[in-house]
Amino acid sequence: MSTTHYLVLSAILFSLGVLGVLVRRNAIIVFMCVEMMLNASNLAFVAFAQQNGNLNGQTIAFFVMVVAAAEVVVGLAIIMTIYRTRRSASVDEPNLLKY
Amino acid sequence: MTASSVLAATSNSGAEIVFWVCATLAVIGAVGMILSKKPVHSALFVALTMINLAILYVALSAPFLGMVQIIVYTGAVMMLFVFVMMIVGVDASDSLIETIKGQRWAAIVLVLGFAAMLIGAIVNGLQGVPDPSLVAANAEYGGNLQGIAKIIFTDYVIAFEVTSALLIVAALGAMLLTHRERHTPKATQEERSKARFLRYAATSELPGNLPPAGTYARHNAIDTPALAPDGSTVPASVPGPLRERGNVRPVDVAAEVEVEEISEGKTVVAPINDEDGEQR
Repeated sequence: MSTTHYLVLSAILFSLGVLGVLVRRNAIIVFMCVEMMLNASNLAFVAFAQQNGNLNGQTIAFFVMVVAAAEVVVGLAIIMTIYRTRRSASVDEPNLLKY
Repeated sequence: MTASSVLAATSNSGAEIVFWVCATLAVIGAVGMILSKKPVHSALFVALTMINLAILYVALSAPFLGMVQIIVYTGAVMMLFVFVMMIVGVDASDSLIETIKGQRWAAIVLVLGFAAMLIGAIVNGLQGVPDPSLVAANAEYGGNLQGIAKIIFTDYVIAFEVTSALLIVAALGAMLLTHRERHTPKATQEERSKARFLRYAATSELPGNLPPAGTYARHNAIDTPALAPDGSTVPASVPGPLRERGNVRPVDVAAEVEVEEISEGKTVVAPINDEDGEQR
């Protein structure tokens, strides 16, 4: 399989992640869409690693996974805190930040 | 057609089958994530996508990343999502009201444009590049994992160390954010006991346990109310939902009569015959 196929799949998954972030209102689902975008970029990294014939791309993808894991932990903790104070997991609710 | 080209063709077709199956399933997972109403279904669709991405990583000669993908993403991250959903409430579904008018359609159009731009750039930019192979790089230090380890612990060793600090800070941050300060001291067992007896003095609410269902009754089924020593039933011994639905088993009048007769000394229990006629 040529790298193009993998990169096109990565682009499709990334776009679907963007679409999810834009149209969904539930903070947890928005967060999962962000994870989807990170995964899509990881796929691009791994595909490029194969294209270039060295393992640097895989190493970067590994670091992306580590950072994503840390980000998930903190992000979900923030969602929990917002849910506790506002009793809602909707991204439309914390609009008091505006005032 | 030489033997090596036949081998190359078959291995290529195998990779192609893996790619098309996994790519289709991954896209189905991503679409399902966006379309499903319930967050738990979304999480399961994302897990589907991530497992298929792991298979694709293995197909891209990155077996280590494939395993990490399964362990970290489907094993840890998605399960963390599901845990948080259980706490936040699985029925916390989306409101379908658009806060910005026409945002949904605008988002779809923009994403289509974005995807077209990305795909066009990829297809244009990768025309005529040689066929990729990671076999040499993977074999250099004896395997994929060894190759990645060599890069992490030489070129990226500082980034790797910083990663450990990042993980610790993330764990601390999660604990700090979800920590709830206790404003009043926790009631001790003694205090709770005193409060129970003061409540008994004030409202004559019994301080002890309620009788469980079936106490002194003919059955110990959960829908049989307990009998108080005076023969009256204790409604509180039947679980609330059963009481709400009216599923409480009434006290058998014949049984009450029977109990009374026994207590008066009349033997009314009929002898029971076994199947072989022997009396017990």
